[in-house]
Amino acid sequence: MLNTKSSTILEKSREIGWVLEPDAKQLLALNDMDVTQHYWTKSKSEAVKAGKQIGFPVVAKVISPDIVHKSEYDGVAVGIANEDELRHVFDRFSQLNGFQGLLVEETVAGLELIIGGKIDYQFGPVILLGIGGTGVEIYQDTAIRMAPLRQTDIESMIACLKGKPLIKGFRGAQGVNIKLLTELLLAFSNLIMQLEHKIESIDLNPVMCSPQRCCVADARIILAL
Amino acid sequence: MNYTPIFQPETIAVIGVSLNNDQHPANVIYNKIHLRYPVKVYPVNPRGGQLKRDRVYASVADIPTTVDLAVIAVRAEYIPNIISDCIETGVGGATIISGGFAEIGRIELQQRIVELARKADFPFIGPNCLGIYSPGKFDTFFLPGERLVRPDSGNVAIISQSGGVLVDQMVKFAGQGIGLSLAVSIGNKAMIRELDLLKYLANDPQTKVIALYIEGFSQNEGRQFVEEASQLSKPIIVLKAGKSAAGSRAVSSHTASLAGDYQVFSEILSQHGIVEARNEYELVCFCESLSYYPQSIHGGIGIISVSGGHGVLSSDICTHHGLTLPLLADKTQRYIRDKLNPSIKTIASVANPIDLTGSATDDDFVAAATGMSRDPAVECVIVLLLPYSPGISADLGARLSYVYQNEGKPMVAYVPHVEKYRMLIEGFELNHVPVSSSIDGAVLMAEAMRRSRAC
Repeated sequence: MLNTKSSTILEKSREIGWVLEPDAKQLLALNDMDVTQHYWTKSKSEAVKAGKQIGFPVVAKVISPDIVHKSEYDGVAVGIANEDELRHVFDRFSQLNGFQGLLVEETVAGLELIIGGKIDYQFGPVILLGIGGTGVEIYQDTAIRMAPLRQTDIESMIACLKGKPLIKGFRGAQGVNIKLLTELLLAFSNLIMQLEHKIESIDLNPVMCSPQRCCVADARIILAL
Repeated sequence: MNYTPIFQPETIAVIGVSLNNDQHPANVIYNKIHLRYPVKVYPVNPRGGQLKRDRVYASVADIPTTVDLAVIAVRAEYIPNIISDCIETGVGGATIISGGFAEIGRIELQQRIVELARKADFPFIGPNCLGIYSPGKFDTFFLPGERLVRPDSGNVAIISQSGGVLVDQMVKFAGQGIGLSLAVSIGNKAMIRELDLLKYLANDPQTKVIALYIEGFSQNEGRQFVEEASQLSKPIIVLKAGKSAAGSRAVSSHTASLAGDYQVFSEILSQHGIVEARNEYELVCFCESLSYYPQSIHGGIGIISVSGGHGVLSSDICTHHGLTLPLLADKTQRYIRDKLNPSIKTIASVANPIDLTGSATDDDFVAAATGMSRDPAVECVIVLLLPYSPGISADLGARLSYVYQNEGKPMVAYVPHVEKYRMLIEGFELNHVPVSSSIDGAVLMAEAMRRSRAC
């Protein structure tokens, strides 16, 4: 059963039909998934405080119920080096439609993966793993399996990707931590099985994976009608 | 529910025969069963009378014996009453040929017959279908026998949503010498659906391979289907139509856009070890191959030919499918070279592909196939036989299939011309080694085993 806090998050998102990023991340964290450290700030002073707390450089994103795809509205800023830059970004983003605050986040490095979930009409909950980032639909390097995932499904999903060498380590570059990636996928699989009647689809994109960490850097949850 | 009466009937009633139109679907069905099949058949028309000197019964209740299967070909609106009659008189089940139901929007009428049947545990196929084809036993297709190409009895079962596709596939199956255990056109699949037939065929001793033509599943039905399928030891092959159907509404997430209906279908099938045939040709090749070799392989292929060109062509096709050509062990290569006849011993190539050259004889093929079959890196041997040179005899098919019988390693063969080399081909096929008349087909027969491996 979905825990009460998670249900509350979904309930309060009903009106806009999808879950705001900070809420989505809270939901993921409540369900044993690693997410980037983040603060929902509503003023410049709060933003600066969060920036100091996290340590620069930071990432900032617009929080708005009107903006599902933030990058299409230029609503994502990365590599913010200091307080002044952060204040400037706050000013700029506060002009965007439906502005409800600035999400200030830690900067994480790693290979960008996408982990997705969808409630398929014929097969119910399904899970997608692929090479992530903003180019996912261009490269379309993904593997899809029916949830719940077994360990062997995860191994075969990785094996099926053209980008497998990127995950396993390629030309001297270290691969990602497969154990952490597996744990993240299993936790996601567990979550999606509980959300079967509540959501339409979920994008965790990018999930930043490195030898040290597999961490959800952005999340979008579209609710069922 | 008991499906025996509908798939193995001893008595059939054909309901809806016309007293004056020989081409009426019910008459075509009645005639073919009456004249050609070892079952007792009774024509039914409410007006009674005579049809070709036989008595026409006014209702199933008048038939003097228990009827196993009712084949119903009357107007849709009469069908609820007929189903009720059948249930009351203890008929075992029905095939409803008639259209005029959900496919033209009469969903309630269809629902009515489903409810009647469910309540009484009365199984029926259809409506809007061709029904059942059971080689040598009976069929309910309203197509005259002389117009059909009829596969022999065998061990492949086909289930098809489309009757037209089914009849056409039967032509291809017959052409390739693949026998059928059962063919069912399920039409609107109002009651009996793919999943029910999968369960029935799982326990049918004659069926070794189950092939399905599927347009789509209802909500969550795909999940039940793959869960059931992955419990079966029999290979299951699916040809999916409607691959390019675009999602009708705009999608707001990457996942919804990337995981389109067909993509999901295709990948979930392979996750569960169900073989997807991407087109009709693959379906035929896969059915033949998997009816002999129900096992799955990783994809290590050994190729034997007498022409360098054939070796390269077939390697290319293997690579295209993701099959690999492992290097043969030194031991294997030594074994094979030692056994080759002196005239080719020094000129043959015994790597993989093996090129025995145009001077090869039957014994060289047997040596190469035996050596290759014993190499653990090779999971399937493809023999490309060019029977043009005099060293190759018509006995080679049978001799090579004995290599398979001895070594237990799957073997498939390419022989270029079906009519001219029929004895050679039968030597393979009667001894359970599948043969294709194209190199692509031979490789696909090996690919079938790779695709049946859960991924």
